[in-house]
This record gives sequence, structure tokens and C-alpha cells, in this order.
Amino acid sequence: MSPSDNKPVSVTAKVRFEHIDKTFNRGSVNEVVLLEDFSLSVREGEFVSVVGSNGSGKTTLLNLLCGTLFPDEGRIYLGELDLTGLKDYERAAWIGRVFQDPARGTCPSLTILENMSLADNKGKSYGLGSGINRRRADFYRSQLELLHLGLEDKLHLPVGALSGGQRQALALLISTLTPIELLVLDEHTAALDPKASDTVMELTEKVVREKGITTIMVTHNLRFAASYGNRILMMHQGRCVLDAAEDEKRQYTITDLLKIFNEISVECGN
Amino acid sequence: MGLIKNVLEEGFIYGIMAMGVTVSYSILKFPDLSVDGTFPLGACITAVLILAGVNPWLACAAAFLCGAAAGCVTGLLHVKLRITDLLSGILVMTAMWSVNLVITGGSAVKPFYNMPTIFNSGIASMLPKGIYTYRILIIAFVAALVVKLLLDRYLRTKSGLILQATGDNTRFVTSLAINPGRMKILGLAIGNGLTALSGSILAQQGEYANISSGTGMVVMGLASVIIGTSLLKRVSFLKLTTMAVLGSIAYKACLVAAMKLGLPTNYLKLLMAVLLTVALVSNGVLKRGKEAQLDESIG
Repeated sequence: MSPSDNKPVSVTAKVRFEHIDKTFNRGSVNEVVLLEDFSLSVREGEFVSVVGSNGSGKTTLLNLLCGTLFPDEGRIYLGELDLTGLKDYERAAWIGRVFQDPARGTCPSLTILENMSLADNKGKSYGLGSGINRRRADFYRSQLELLHLGLEDKLHLPVGALSGGQRQALALLISTLTPIELLVLDEHTAALDPKASDTVMELTEKVVREKGITTIMVTHNLRFAASYGNRILMMHQGRCVLDAAEDEKRQYTITDLLKIFNEISVECGN
Repeated sequence: MGLIKNVLEEGFIYGIMAMGVTVSYSILKFPDLSVDGTFPLGACITAVLILAGVNPWLACAAAFLCGAAAGCVTGLLHVKLRITDLLSGILVMTAMWSVNLVITGGSAVKPFYNMPTIFNSGIASMLPKGIYTYRILIIAFVAALVVKLLLDRYLRTKSGLILQATGDNTRFVTSLAINPGRMKILGLAIGNGLTALSGSILAQQGEYANISSGTGMVVMGLASVIIGTSLLKRVSFLKLTTMAVLGSIAYKACLVAAMKLGLPTNYLKLLMAVLLTVALVSNGVLKRGKEAQLDESIG
């Protein structure tokens, strides 16, 4: 175990959390101090898996990063860019996010083609030009073929008619369709059946490797955390209790992770 | 025959408002009550402009723009000041009463008899004698058709698809680096602009503006949209806009039929409320509303 809380923050990092404080329900009986002087840095091209018990602060971390929540103290950087005061839709220009709920990453009443055309236009203006991009339809088809879900023949089907696994695969594809600097995966396989979640996870690995995107993945699946990515973080009560990268990470088997996980859980009586 | 003509005329005129309500209610999922205030706004502005000698078609455009501005206010109250959707609409609806009185110079009814309107000047005056008695029907139909085609066209643009996505899944819009609040304001502007246009055309048909003509417009618009979509949802090639206009005609037909069967005029608004209730229940909207609430509390 190597607590990372007080590690010096590297300036070349892709993502930096610097001395973050976050308290929920401040001043009430339900006050929860979740993060206190929390710092973390993620290097360019790193694929970080974050595991931890419920309430350990991992989803809060993603929400702070994406601008759904704002820190009480401290700053958050993406490369040289200070994200701290930016709104969620402003940060979305550089950050792609896939949610646990497959319904969130796509628009159900629009077709696959419309969803992909809109996503493909990210960063440009959404004016009075045609909403669907027929010239790119072949490109979209080729991207959908990579999913091996047969979606390439269903471009005109409303996304609401797809299964959860299909929608999540599409959401992943959509979030990485335009160049982004950071991919945030928020338990994105948790709502899928075992087979679909394996498919989506393999797809994730492929997309991340091919595009070389810096990725932060929160997951409850210790098997995924152990076998995917090149760095693992285990969070507990707002701190990183385990931080292992590359060779050090490879030494941890799923059994080791489970053991550490149980130790910290017993500690707080779960 | 005269009765059918009457139903169609009013069905098309109110159909324009129903299309506006389609944008706010069906597409944005925003129950917009400001419609009760922006409908007479269009009428009052038209009356004042036509009395000032402005071309009636220009008066229609002005009514649309003023309605859109009022819709922006509803949107800004909701998005910037975080007031709930229902209250934002109520605030604008209430404020519009005074605004409309100021526009008409304090009178509740502003007649402009024998002044040029879209029904008796310009294109209308060029109609051949034989169909002149149908001029109101023809012009109301053309106006509704033009609005429908423009709105359909807009909804297929990038901006239009994003508007649909805003009602469908706000997070998807956010993830495309677009501010969903701005899309809501835009949608409410379009919805209220069309409502005011509808009010303008109705005023020109009757050649007077009535400040209280807005009472019950929300109910009428919603009923038209819901009747249209529930009656015609199986006809898959029909667009939401077409369903709204056809719903508006069906709704008007119901009202006229009730009057013909001897229902006293005093019961009109009661009947309107009952019709909407029946439409809501038969459409299962109540059930779906509950599900939507559940989704929100989970999210």
C-alpha cells in the first residue's frame, strides 16, 4: 500500500486534483466531510481504474472533474487548463463521459445516424444546417461495425429501441467520436448483464488503446480493475489507500485486491 | 357546411398555437403556462399596429417576435433564476396581463373594424369571386401549412435535433459541449412566438383584440396536442406538427358539437377542462408522468 495523498504533484500531468476539500450538507446534522486536502495526478495516456466502497469518494471525484459538482477548496487542472470554475458543458469540449445508466449517453427518440451526426459535430456550431450528415454515413457504419453488434444496418433505428448493452457500446463510441483529451467512465458496465459488460469492457480497452486517450474508470468490478488499465487506485473514506501503476499494478491479483478491500470494509464495519 | 367551415378555420388558426405547444410540451417536456399571456399579446400588438397602418403580414411577424421575446423571459426565469417551469410560466402569464393593457392603452377590447387584415387585403383580395367566401379558410390553412413546413424543416436541422435532445436527455446535450439552458430558452421562444402568431391571426379574423382571449389557451393547446398524438400515434408517417393541427381541428369540432347539442356558452371553459382531462386519462399520460417522476428521483 502506498498512500498517494502527499505525493508531489507532477507538472507534466494530464489531470491534477490539488488540495481538494469537499463537504456535503455543510452545517447540518448530515454533514459529511468527503474529501480533505485531496491531491491526485494522472499522467498523459494513463488508464486508471478506481475502485472503492460506496461513499469512498470515487464518483464524487468524477463529478468534480466533469463539473457536476464543485470543490469547496482546491483546484482541478486538465493539462495546463484550470477547470475549477468551468461549467459541465464547457468542460465537455475536452472530456468524454460514459455513465452507468446506458440511457444517459444517447438520445432515445433520435436515430443512430442522428445521434452520431450530432456527436460528430461537437465543437462546431449547431446551426440551421441539416442535422444528419449523410456524407459521413459510411464512416459511421464502419465505426459501428467495430462493435460487432450488427448496428451498422440499423442507422435509421431510434436509439431507444436498442438494448442496454448496445446503447452503452454506442455511447462509448459517441463519446470518443471527436478528439477528446480525457475519457471518464462512471461504472459504465455496472448496469449490463455479464456478457454485455464483458463486450463493452473489451471495446473500451480497444478504443482507449487505439486512440491513446487518458482514461479514468470507476468500477465495482475488481476483475476489470485488475485486468484492464495500467494503474489502479483504491479509495476509502476520501483517501487513496492503494495506488499502483505498471509493474506494481500487475502484481496485484483479484484475490489481493479483494483482501485489501475486505480489510478496509471491516475497518468501518461494513 | 358553414359549421364545418367554421371548425376548420378555427382549427387551423388555433392549430398554429398547438404547434407552438408541441415545441414546449412535447419536445422540451416543459408545461408552459405563459401561453395564456402570449396569445392575447399577439392579438394586442396586431390591433395596435394595424390601427397605425402597418401591413397586416408585418403585424403577424411583429406578433411572432414579441411572443418569442416573452418566451425568452419564461426561459430566463427558469434557467437563470432556477424558478420551476410551472411558476416561470405563471409569472410571465400574470405579467403579460399588464403588458397587454399597456399595449392597448388600457382598453380590454381593441377593435380595428374595416382595417386591412391578412383576410381582406393583399393576397386575399386577389382571390377569385367564386372562392372569396372561403378566403378565411384558405388563408388560415396556408398559414398553418407554412408554419408546419418551416417547423418540420427546422426540427431536422442540427439546432432542431439538439432541441429534441434537450427534452429527451439533457445530459446528452451537455456532453456535446452545448448549454442545454440556451436550448430551453430557444424552444420557449419558438413556442410562444407561434402562440402569439396564432393570437394575431385570430384577432385579424374577428377584427378586434380581446385581452382576455388568452384564458384557457394552455388547456386548449395541450388538449389539441394530446388528442392529436393519441388519436394518430399509430399513423407513423405523420409528424408531431401535423398531429397538433389535426388535434386542434378535432378539439374544435368537439366544442362546436357540444354547443350545437345545446350546452350553454357559460359551460365552455368547463367543457375545455373536461376534454383535456379525458384526453390525458385516455392517453395514459398520468401513468407516464409518474414514471418520469420516478426516473428523476433516481437520477
